[in-house]
Amino acid sequence: MTARGVVAARRQTRWRSGLAQIVFLLAVVILWWLAANRWGASPLLLPKPQLVFFELVDILRSGEFWPDLLLTLGEAAAAFAISATLGLATGFFVSVSPALVKVFEPLLAAVNAVPIILFLPLYILFFGLGAPSKIALGATIGFFPIALNTIAGFSSVDRLYVRSARSMGASPAKLVRHVLVPGALPIVLTGLRMGFTVTLLSIIGSETIASLAGLGHQIVNLAEAMEMPRMFAYIVFVIVIAATLNAIVTRFEKRAAARR
Amino acid sequence: MRDPEIAVKIKNVAHYFGEAGDAKHMLALRETTIDFRRGGLLALIGPSGCGKTTLLNVIGGLLTPTQGSVDVCGKTVNGPMPREIAYVFQESALFPWNTIKENIHLGLLFQGVPKNQREDRARQSLETVGLGEFANHYPGQLSGGMRQRAALARALSLDTPVLLMDEPFGALDEQTRMVLGEDLSVLLSRTQKTIIFVTHSLGEAVFLADQVAVFSARPGRIKEVIAVDEPHPRRSGFVKAEKFTRLRNQLYDLLHDEIRKTVDQGSRPGAFL
Repeated sequence: MTARGVVAARRQTRWRSGLAQIVFLLAVVILWWLAANRWGASPLLLPKPQLVFFELVDILRSGEFWPDLLLTLGEAAAAFAISATLGLATGFFVSVSPALVKVFEPLLAAVNAVPIILFLPLYILFFGLGAPSKIALGATIGFFPIALNTIAGFSSVDRLYVRSARSMGASPAKLVRHVLVPGALPIVLTGLRMGFTVTLLSIIGSETIASLAGLGHQIVNLAEAMEMPRMFAYIVFVIVIAATLNAIVTRFEKRAAARR
Repeated sequence: MRDPEIAVKIKNVAHYFGEAGDAKHMLALRETTIDFRRGGLLALIGPSGCGKTTLLNVIGGLLTPTQGSVDVCGKTVNGPMPREIAYVFQESALFPWNTIKENIHLGLLFQGVPKNQREDRARQSLETVGLGEFANHYPGQLSGGMRQRAALARALSLDTPVLLMDEPFGALDEQTRMVLGEDLSVLLSRTQKTIIFVTHSLGEAVFLADQVAVFSARPGRIKEVIAVDEPHPRRSGFVKAEKFTRLRNQLYDLLHDEIRKTVDQGSRPGAFL
């Protein structure tokens, strides 16, 4: 097969799986519509999709979502900045020595397996109900996958490349910059993407538990007011935002990794 | 007392792997003292685990021997010597995230060559190995043979008097090896470089080498050094010559018992670093 043929075939496969995904989503919406309109599902548990749609249009048109959206995204950005900085730095310095990797990698992996959201009450005691506690929690949760993948990334660089660079006289700084960093990059980027995802999720999640504002807060408020269609509309809105951000981050990761 | 005709001087070098008292403590290279003259290709041949790669890494400064010392071009080796020694490894040690040209530029940057000279040297070395048109390809886009040519180009661009090659054609198929061997012989006829070349192949050793150092089984030492008195560039006709066959058979006799001993020891070697 020619190179162009391969590209065309790959494009066709991607197009087909995209179509299948759209059909699947449509099927979910149709089932939803049938359940709410025909099969008599309680409107408190499952509001009609058409009502949810009108509420969504209203939310978007009124622009009332902006303060909550900006707050949640701001919290996520701040938390990610902190977790990325600390995670990359920790991961890199641990990866420098096999002894340190042996000590800290299992420790970090163990803590990563703990549901850190359990510490939310503690964070609220320390940082209050507002944004700081969400940022701190998101940064903590995002830190672990970033640190772990940074360790894995730097440890995965083939020793042959290191020996080869040393034989040509590479200084430690040049070795890091031209060999270790590009060698570790794909796995480190995966860690950053995973860290971003869990940071965003935990921030929205913690907003639904205890908060003053934000998208998660808004959803819980509507639930307590029993405004089910509007709450569902907000959920759809958050899903679209999260999926969009995830797609952007994934694309960025793939493009950077494809430079090899 | 420095003799400019001696490229590599090995003085009482011995090497153990593992710590003393450790279960894995093992003598990899028995005490070796030998001088290698400047110019030409010296092949190190011997059974697996005989310490030939260990000796190469000691010469290259990538491994500090347990005992003894090595002088290269009159300087005591004390770590990598990028101005004196370049390496070609068994697998392509080209950085896969850089193009061939970028790889060569990076080697020159590591070595400390000023920026304005790098482009010329990269182009020249690529042309020497016949890869001028592939400068902007990534290693993953080239065949195994082309990758090793590119690795050789990177080593040549560093312009060192000594070149160490650790089974550079080991991962290639027979035909590609033959062609690369002939090209290397042409290169040898044009330069004053001293090349030390680790190989498993008797034919490759006789075809390329001016001297062949035969190692004993582990723990290795150099058992004998055989001279191959044949000017470079050697053509394919040399393979068919009676002299080639005689030398190859001589090597075979020297090696056969050692290889038998190694296989009977039963264990895989630990000589790779």
